[in-house]
Amino acid sequence: MCKDCGCSITHDHVDHQHIHGEHHHGQLHSNPQLNDKKTLAVIHKILDKNDVEAQHNRDHFKSHHVTAFNLMSSPGSGKTTLLEHLPQYLEQQYAVIEGDLETSRDADRLIAKGITAYQIQTGSACHLDAFMVHGALHHIDLNPIDICFVENVGNLVCPASYDVGTHKNIVLLSVPEGDDKIEKYPVMFRRADVVVITKSDLLPHFDFSIEQAKQQLDRLNPNVELLVVSVKDSDSMKTFAEWIVKNQEP
Amino acid sequence: MHEYSIVMSLMEQCESLALQNNAKGIEQVELKIGILSGVEPVLLAQAFDTFKLDTVCHNAKLIMNIQPLVLECRDCEQQSQVDERTIICPICNSNNTLVIEGEDMMLMQLVLDT
Ligand SMILES: Nc1nc2c(ncn2[C@@H]2O[C@H](COP(=O)(O)OP(=O)(O)OP(=O)(O)O)[C@@H](O)[C@H]2O)c(=O)[nH]1
Ligand SMILES: [Mg+2]
Ligand SMILES: [Zn+2]
Ligand SMILES: [Zn+2]
Ligand SMILES: [Zn+2]
Repeated sequence: MCKDCGCSITHDHVDHQHIHGEHHHGQLHSNPQLNDKKTLAVIHKILDKNDVEAQHNRDHFKSHHVTAFNLMSSPGSGKTTLLEHLPQYLEQQYAVIEGDLETSRDADRLIAKGITAYQIQTGSACHLDAFMVHGALHHIDLNPIDICFVENVGNLVCPASYDVGTHKNIVLLSVPEGDDKIEKYPVMFRRADVVVITKSDLLPHFDFSIEQAKQQLDRLNPNVELLVVSVKDSDSMKTFAEWIVKNQEP
Repeated sequence: MHEYSIVMSLMEQCESLALQNNAKGIEQVELKIGILSGVEPVLLAQAFDTFKLDTVCHNAKLIMNIQPLVLECRDCEQQSQVDERTIICPICNSNNTLVIEGEDMMLMQLVLDT
C-alpha cells in the first residue's frame, strides 16, 4: 500500500511493515488510542552504546597521546600493503589493530615486518565496532607508540556506520576498482577525512579518472583531502606519511 | 549485513525502555532512517522480522520514516531538502553546505502495551 506514496523502496515480502517517505499517510497508520497503549517519544540514536564506547576508546588513546586512524576500503584495495611500507617513511611509532572475518594473515604480515599488530577475528561481522576495538586496545601497549591504525574489515558499506573511536577516517580506493565507487558508496566516502587513491602505478592500464573522483567528492564531501599513492612510488608514500604527521592529535 | 547488528542494538534499547515503563510488550517501533545513514531499509526490516521473535518486540510493527537530506547553505543561507545523495545546494549550486538532517538513524517513538 505504500507503493503509491512515492517512496522508492519496494518490499513485497514484508507485508506488515511500512517504509515511509517523510509525508504522512493520514489515518492509515494512526494508532487507535486505546487505554492500555502508551506512546513514548524517545529520540535515541540507535547506535548510542557504540558511540559511548567509541568515546571511551578515544579517551584511552588520548591518555597515551596516541592518534588513531580508521582505514577503510573494499577488500584488496591495499590497506595492509600500505601499512607494511609505511615505516620507511614515518618516524613515528605505530601499532595496528587488524579486523578480518577469518585468519590472522594481515597481522602476521605486519608482524613479519616488525610492526606491532593485533588481530581481531570478527567471525560473521562485516565491520568492526567500538567494543571490538576496545577489546583489542587492552592487548596493545599504547605507551611506546604515537599512532594506532585500525584496519577495518574490507567492506565499503558496513564499517561506515560504526564509530570505532579513532580520530580520523582514511578511505582507500584502488585504481582497478574504478572511479565510480565514490558515487556508489556515498556514505563511506562522505565519512572520509582523506581519500587515498591507491595502486596509482596502475593508472596507465585502467580508465580511472582522478578528475572524475574529485568531482564526485566535491558533491559529497567537499572538504576531504585526496591523495594519489602507490607503494612503488616513494614520493607519493612520503606525501601520505606527511598527511599522517599533519593530522596527529595536538 | 550490519543491519543485523543495528537491529540487535535497537532491540536492546526497546527491552530497556519497556522495562523502565513497566510495559508488557511493544506494539510499534518507529524509526527515522537518514538516506545517508548507511542503512538499507529493506535489509533492516528483514533483520527486524528475524530478531524480534525472541524479544519484547515480537508483536511489534516497524515503521521507518525515510529522512531525506536537509541542507543549510552557507552561501545563500537557505535551507533545502534533497532526495539525492549530494550535498550541493539546489538553490545556488554551492557545496558550502551543512547537512543538518539525513545522516542519522534514530529510534523516535515506541507504542507500549502497558
Ligand atoms: N600495483 C600495486 N599493487 C598493490 C599496491 N598496493 C597493494 N597492492 C596489491 O594489492 C593486493 C591487495 O593488497 P592488500 O594490502 O592485501 O589489501 P587489503 O586492503 O589489506 O585487503 P583486505 O585486508 O583483504 O581487505 C596485493 O596483491 C598487493 O600487492 C600498489 O600500490 N600497487
Ligand atoms: Mg588487509
Ligand atoms: Zn577501557
Ligand atoms: Zn554488512
Ligand atoms: Zn545555496
